Amino acid sequence: MPDLTKTEETEPVKAPVAEGAPVPPADPAVGKPRSLWSDAWSDLRRSPMFIISSAMILLLLVIAAFPGWFTSLSPRDSDMALYLQKPQFGAFFSPEWLGYDGQGYSVYTRLIHGARNSILIGVSVTVLVTFVGGLLGMLAGYFGGWVDTVISRITDVFLGLPFLLGAMVILVSFETRAVYVIVLALAVLGWTLVARVMRGSVITVKQADYVMAAKALGASTTRILFRHVLPNAVTPVIVVATIALGGYISAEATLSFLGIGLAPPAVSWGVDINTAKDLLRNAPHVLLWPGLMLSFTILAFIMFGEAVRNALDPKLR
Amino acid sequence: MGRYVARRLLQMIPVFIGVTLLVFLMMYALPGDPVRALYGDQTIDPAQIAAIKADLGLDLPLWQQYWNYLMGLPQGDFGEQIATGLPVGEVIARALPITARLALLAFIIIVIVGIGLGMVAGLNAGRWPDTVVLFVTLIFISVPVFVLGYIYQYVFSNTLNWTSPLVTDSENLGELLMPAFVLASLSLAYVARLTRSSVAENRRADYMRTAIAKGLPQRRVLSVHLLRNSMIPVVTFLGVDIGTLMAGAVVTEGIFNINGIGSELFTALFRREGSTVVGLVTLIVIIYLAISLLVDLLYAVLDPRIRYA
Amino acid sequence: MRGAKSAKWVASAIVVALAATACGGNDSSNDGGKGEVDPNGVFRLTNSEPQGNLQPANSRDTASGQVIKGLFSQLVDYKKDGSAELVYVNAESVETEDNRTWTVKLKKGWKFHDGEEVTSKSFVDAWNWAANIDNNQQNSYWFADIKGYEDVHPSKGKPKAKEMSGLKVVDDHTFTIELTEPVTYFNYKLAYSAWSPLPSKFYDDPKAYGDKPVGNGPYKFVSWERKKKITLERYDEYQGPDKAENGGVELVVYNTLEAQYQAVASEKADVITQIPPRDLPKYRQDFGDRAIDAPMAGVQSIVPVFYGDQWKLGDEKNAKLRQGLSMAIDRKTITDKVLNGSRVPATGFVGPNVLGFQEGVLGEVAEYNPEKAKKTIEDAGGVPGNKVHIQYNADGGHKEWVEAVCNNIRQNTGVECIPDAKVDFQTDLNTRDAKKVKSMYRGGWVLDYPVNVNFMRELYETGADSNTGFFSSKKVDELFKKGDSAADLDGTVKAYQDAEKELVKEMPAIPLWYYSTQAAHSKKVNNVEFDLANFLLMHKVKVVK
Repeated sequence: MPDLTKTEETEPVKAPVAEGAPVPPADPAVGKPRSLWSDAWSDLRRSPMFIISSAMILLLLVIAAFPGWFTSLSPRDSDMALYLQKPQFGAFFSPEWLGYDGQGYSVYTRLIHGARNSILIGVSVTVLVTFVGGLLGMLAGYFGGWVDTVISRITDVFLGLPFLLGAMVILVSFETRAVYVIVLALAVLGWTLVARVMRGSVITVKQADYVMAAKALGASTTRILFRHVLPNAVTPVIVVATIALGGYISAEATLSFLGIGLAPPAVSWGVDINTAKDLLRNAPHVLLWPGLMLSFTILAFIMFGEAVRNALDPKLR
Repeated sequence: MGRYVARRLLQMIPVFIGVTLLVFLMMYALPGDPVRALYGDQTIDPAQIAAIKADLGLDLPLWQQYWNYLMGLPQGDFGEQIATGLPVGEVIARALPITARLALLAFIIIVIVGIGLGMVAGLNAGRWPDTVVLFVTLIFISVPVFVLGYIYQYVFSNTLNWTSPLVTDSENLGELLMPAFVLASLSLAYVARLTRSSVAENRRADYMRTAIAKGLPQRRVLSVHLLRNSMIPVVTFLGVDIGTLMAGAVVTEGIFNINGIGSELFTALFRREGSTVVGLVTLIVIIYLAISLLVDLLYAVLDPRIRYA
Repeated sequence: MRGAKSAKWVASAIVVALAATACGGNDSSNDGGKGEVDPNGVFRLTNSEPQGNLQPANSRDTASGQVIKGLFSQLVDYKKDGSAELVYVNAESVETEDNRTWTVKLKKGWKFHDGEEVTSKSFVDAWNWAANIDNNQQNSYWFADIKGYEDVHPSKGKPKAKEMSGLKVVDDHTFTIELTEPVTYFNYKLAYSAWSPLPSKFYDDPKAYGDKPVGNGPYKFVSWERKKKITLERYDEYQGPDKAENGGVELVVYNTLEAQYQAVASEKADVITQIPPRDLPKYRQDFGDRAIDAPMAGVQSIVPVFYGDQWKLGDEKNAKLRQGLSMAIDRKTITDKVLNGSRVPATGFVGPNVLGFQEGVLGEVAEYNPEKAKKTIEDAGGVPGNKVHIQYNADGGHKEWVEAVCNNIRQNTGVECIPDAKVDFQTDLNTRDAKKVKSMYRGGWVLDYPVNVNFMRELYETGADSNTGFFSSKKVDELFKKGDSAADLDGTVKAYQDAEKELVKEMPAIPLWYYSTQAAHSKKVNNVEFDLANFLLMHKVKVVK
């Protein structure tokens, strides 16, 4: 039995793995003073997947923040004389490098400028979903009873709802199709995943001794929830959310591709791929590059998520 | 067992009503008028539009439209399409087998290739085949379906001329193969990785050591002991996945011209065919629920420790 | 050898398509399929699934329209070569003294496919039925000119009568049509398929009839496999001038244009009437001398809305702004590149090949001139807000050209131009009907009848149902009225030509380009020709043995 008063005082994040993790630890290294998080960090630093993906993400972040460093043109600079010109691979990082598209835009410039929306949407949706889904999942898992029933049934209905229909209803009801509208639509449709994971995780954690003890000592519900339950139940949510980030980027591109996501003048790889599909026969490069760039970005975030999961999920060690 | 199944079936009723109501509300909330749209850009006739809507019952208050819809269901009346005049039941009956064929084909690919790759990686955990499989699956997970679809189309049809870029005959399995691969790629990657970690973990389990120590032939050890025990997480995933596959793949069906559930849903959405959308979504949800029930029952077969009262 | 020949043909085809706007042209591929013609050969036409059943007055989509055109013949038709000369089909004559009462004499001996004779009653009853608001026919407004229409088709409430008082049967082969107002071009309207006659058995069960229609046209109905195909076969006793030169048609349903294209390219089907965007750049190579460019009568434009605070009625400077925007658009480059030559730059408000078409009426307003565009807009005080939106539906393949037009406007005039995508056509129409368009929207019009009136009155007359930009001009309305009350067709056409010149000054829309037909056919058929609304003239197709 751990020292209860101390558990309450110390940073709860440092609670032993054995009690916090939703899955029974295969790692018998309990008793070492190191926490899950510092353990994970030392793991991460040595993981090649983590290093590679971090480098990729860093590059993407720089591109998204300072597109001007990489290209001098604006994504809406059109010159019809350059219509569908083929790539000139010798001309590194100049506008003609990857050729021109059906509007006379530089494909390379569009790639650079497309990064911001993709990453902005991916990250915002992840944050929003983690908060909303996490909160609802925690409430359902902790209180059980009718709260759980209501939240779980709503989750069921949302899961049964076709993504496209939901997205259309939300997107159409807004005048503009700005980035925040897409974020909202994806978050509304995406919170159920996090809620489910959180609920399962909280149900495991709430039976732990230290939660029982805190209750017995008369700690308030809010305190128990946020200082004891949340920190110990959040790990799987972080894992799921990190991996889902790549998925949200893909979802934005899919919506834009279907014509219900972002639309010009907004720059998005999904929009560009939609336009390029009609040029597939005579100018495949117009489709290839945004497709590769999009895949590269998703790959970066998914690898990052996997690396984090490997470090946080003791079962996989 | 029987009581368990009955209870699960009963629980479907509120979800069913919830989904139909929600979809009904959503379709109602979408702007646009399916009857007005029949006139498009050309001359319109507001009086006639109003008369046609009254005839279809589209001028009634929402609750009444929903009530009429529910009342039609027990008689097998799923409503009628506004534009084509076809009964929705007929539309679904035509689209479902096509989607089912594609889903089945994709499912077979997922099971064979996914579990195969996973086994290879799991049995060689930490060695180069593991790394190769990891890399391949990462690629499959990262490339969005619509990019993959067009790349396949360009490479295998436009350049290599191996197969037709579009499905012209939905009963021709050869033509369905490429879309099935596109559809399967994402799940295939997940199945491979699930199998890999499950196999890698179980390989070190006590019962495996016992089995090997007993001197059982390697094939038996692998197929009976290792594979069966490693399959539980994979089966869960496959169960959810076949539900998703049956729900129709809007993007894949669109790219390859397959007239299944997904493309019917897409068209119906854009034409504001309320009863078609509600009918299709309800069907999708029912399939989804039924399959998850089947998967739960399958657990009992795979894992003798699980029993349903 | 073949390649060289194809290239030459392609070049001339483009020239023909462009020239056709001026002098008209009856394009066909004359030597596609070679070999002996099989008069009983059946060909396969790619189609989509008809919307609704096959009642002629209820067909508005092109898929059912194509079928109806095979099954039914009208009283009259007109030549598609730009002369719009009237041709009598089921009618012996359609005559009038005062443009108000029209006397129709039918040819004798015409029969429906079930053997029933086509009489005056076949027409009159069909029209009364179709005009009745209770029968929910989408084309009911076509009968609005006839006296007594208000009684069967009131704008509110139940119909007061079952018959229009303006229709009178004189004998089996003669009947008269009385109109509420004189309409000099009424006989041209009769060529539209809403005016089809119906056999008496139609009224027993109109819905069942719509699944298995019986007409008086060059083809008779054989079968309809829903979402698969419709089969028509030649009606051997047909007496009209457009008797089928083939044994029949199978209209095969394909989901998408891409699939239709592939079917024809692989010889699984014989004719495609529209080339999908993806194949436009390559279809002339793919089909060589079997690729077709033919003229149509339709205009695409961007339409300003006059209910917002940007565009003003009766304000000369405000109209100059729209002229300036028009001059900033490089129509030629966009039609050549973005639209792959599938459109022809517009020079007026009226589509080509119709009576009263005026080449170049927009003059320099339709000519690309970035400097003048910028200057005109500056001189007129600049566009309010210095920003325009062009609304379009994202599901109709318009995104590319709207973006290109916007780039032109933005880069040439400095006026910010935002493509305003609505998710789908439904949302787009809804926004238009609700008067919520921000600045301008994409508009399109394809002819109903081959007179310039059709391109102006429905769109620009004050209060017209399709005038969703809410343009209104006294001067234009007066000229319209003058045309409507003219003594003869020439007078009408002239007055409307004057109205078109006035429209150039007021710019109720910025015309962009004329539609044209891009089509192709297999090696199995030749003599593939189209009418001005992109319908295949099925009866002319010859099947090669």
